[in-house]
Amino acid sequence: MKIKAQVCMVMHLDKCIGCHTCSVTCKNTWTNRPGTEYIWFNNVETRPGVGYPQEWENQQRYRGGWTLRNGKLTLRAGGPATKLANIFYNPDLPALDDFYEPWSYDYDALINSPQQKIQPVARPFSSITGEWMDTPKWGPNWDDDLAGGPEIAARDPNLKHLQEHVAMEFESAFMMYLPRICEHCLNPSCVASCPSGAIYKREEDGIVLVDQDACRGWRFCISGCPYKKVYFNWNTHKAEKCNFCYPRIEAGLPTVCSETCVGRIRYIGVILYDADRVREAAQVQNEKDLYPAQLSVFLDPFDPTVIEEARRAGISDAWIDSAQRSPVYLLALKWRVALPLHPEYRTLPMVWYVPPLSPMLTVMPNSERVGPMDIFPTIDQMRIPVEYLASLLSAGDTQVIRTVLGKLWAMRVHMRHHKTGEEVPNQLYHDIGMPAEELERMARLLAVAKYQERYVIPTAERGADPDLVYVQGACSLESIAPVEGFIPSVSVNKPQ
Amino acid sequence: MNLFFWVILPYITVTILVLGLLVRYNFDQLGWSARSTEIFEKRQLKWGSLLFHWGILAAFVGHVVGILIPIAVYHGLGISNEMYHRGAILLGGMAGLAALIGLVILTVRRLTHPRLRRHTSFADWLTTVVLLVVIGLGDWITLGHNLYATPFEYRTTVGPWFRGLFVFSPHAYLMTGIPLVFKIHIVASYVFWMIFPFTRLVHIISVPFAYLRRAPILYRSRLRYRPQS
Repeated sequence: MKIKAQVCMVMHLDKCIGCHTCSVTCKNTWTNRPGTEYIWFNNVETRPGVGYPQEWENQQRYRGGWTLRNGKLTLRAGGPATKLANIFYNPDLPALDDFYEPWSYDYDALINSPQQKIQPVARPFSSITGEWMDTPKWGPNWDDDLAGGPEIAARDPNLKHLQEHVAMEFESAFMMYLPRICEHCLNPSCVASCPSGAIYKREEDGIVLVDQDACRGWRFCISGCPYKKVYFNWNTHKAEKCNFCYPRIEAGLPTVCSETCVGRIRYIGVILYDADRVREAAQVQNEKDLYPAQLSVFLDPFDPTVIEEARRAGISDAWIDSAQRSPVYLLALKWRVALPLHPEYRTLPMVWYVPPLSPMLTVMPNSERVGPMDIFPTIDQMRIPVEYLASLLSAGDTQVIRTVLGKLWAMRVHMRHHKTGEEVPNQLYHDIGMPAEELERMARLLAVAKYQERYVIPTAERGADPDLVYVQGACSLESIAPVEGFIPSVSVNKPQ
Repeated sequence: MNLFFWVILPYITVTILVLGLLVRYNFDQLGWSARSTEIFEKRQLKWGSLLFHWGILAAFVGHVVGILIPIAVYHGLGISNEMYHRGAILLGGMAGLAALIGLVILTVRRLTHPRLRRHTSFADWLTTVVLLVVIGLGDWITLGHNLYATPFEYRTTVGPWFRGLFVFSPHAYLMTGIPLVFKIHIVASYVFWMIFPFTRLVHIISVPFAYLRRAPILYRSRLRYRPQS
């Protein structure tokens, strides 16, 4: 057993209102520099939809993640020798147009407009070429709220499995939001794809980072990540990715996307895992076994042998205590209502999702209320098809989704009986496998939990810090950032 | 004059190359990259980059074969001068043409795509021009001079002079009688090596062979990992 700790996240999709506050605050913090205009470490997708970059889940096209070849775990795009043979041209690399051409607006035209009959207009111009761009053709969430209509939404790779089942007709349309950041995987394929060895996983907190000094811009991490969460900065010609706001995490603070989340959908906590068993779990034959296999890599922070072993591995008591109070441990491991995104990519992702319920009364015609025992028969008629959620969160295993939705619904039924006095048959608790007290704890965590309950983050050890007085006020990106007084994208790229 | 071009200038070139690389490596890791533009344009890059890179690699091997390996080795192996030159012109010509065609595609691509033209630095243009000159002359030597005139025996002139540079006893007189195209090609290649440390060309020495032997998943300890600097 080789115990490591990871700071990881759960997002409760039922509470996501698709406001993009996480994306905007993340962008203002991390990717508001030249070269990163098109980069969103955090983005929110409307599903069904093509996502960002378009059709990122289509691994026939981008060939990211891992696959089994003769029972052995290999990178889908090929191992080191294949990579070196393709080093002059990466056929799988998404191009800028797969993301979008970033633009800004000529705001000066509004401010300096003379009095005139027609309203002045701020024309858009490309942040890449500086040329006018009167008709932007695609953006980071162009198909927000299904605005792309049935043409664009139907290109969602997850619909391929259930095309006959779900017609994209108005009457049967469904919609949900999917906020995405880097998964900070246990078995990261970007790390394994990097020829320079510049990407690494931090031992202490599992955050996956790109060493900007060591990156040589070979770009295999970008195509190697199945979630397309590593990006190419065209200005520095190096890879950049979500860094889980590591300076904040080290200080015990949640990431910016979590801190600013309006719906409070995000939970951050510590998980202890056995690094020796990662490869074995990623290598299981059946894709549907990947979710239970990943669960089996996580360790019980209350188990005395685990605690002893963790201490031996240099994990401090503060971290063990945090692991015991971790909301991620509760949602993912104890109650099992959080699920990994696309476990079939075999990267063992560490940002998990509680699947959304759909409106229920609509599926119960001629009924004003849904009885406690109507849960399981109703789940299959829900507006968001169970098959769709299974394609996202459980490698197609619909039974996993049914169980989770059942727990979430049972929680609502149980909480409702407090107010209405309605009888809840014991059979319900038996069916979902959770006692009433646990449902109440879960309801608190999912609905009313306060800051300290949602974010249980131990501060990092200070031993590694260099001369703090010297680096205070310094920026890690200082030497690649533009000179002072430079207003990116607006002052420089504006057409003459 | 001979002394300057064939003894002094080569050593100046090497000095600039080595010192430049040392300075850049130590002070500009952040700028050390292959400077790929694949994100801006893929279709032309595919042909241009593949032809250019594989062509130039083959041409490099050709230079090792022709310049670094002494003529006596070929005689010892029973390869006649005629056989050698026929092979050199055929294979070298193919490699050189591939590199040149690739480079022309890449240059046209840079000139015609607005995204690329906007983000091509002076160093990128300089690299392109120097490569066009060096490779163009090299192709002229192989496919023009050596094919239509009699093949020039560089293995008894340029070869020994070049090897002499490495043991610090270069003989400038070996270079007096060689055709002018050869001279210009060699001097142009000095420029190539002089600009090498200050351009994107540095990515050549970062070819990640270590990748073949390393563990797939890398961990670094925040506490115990310290970069050398």
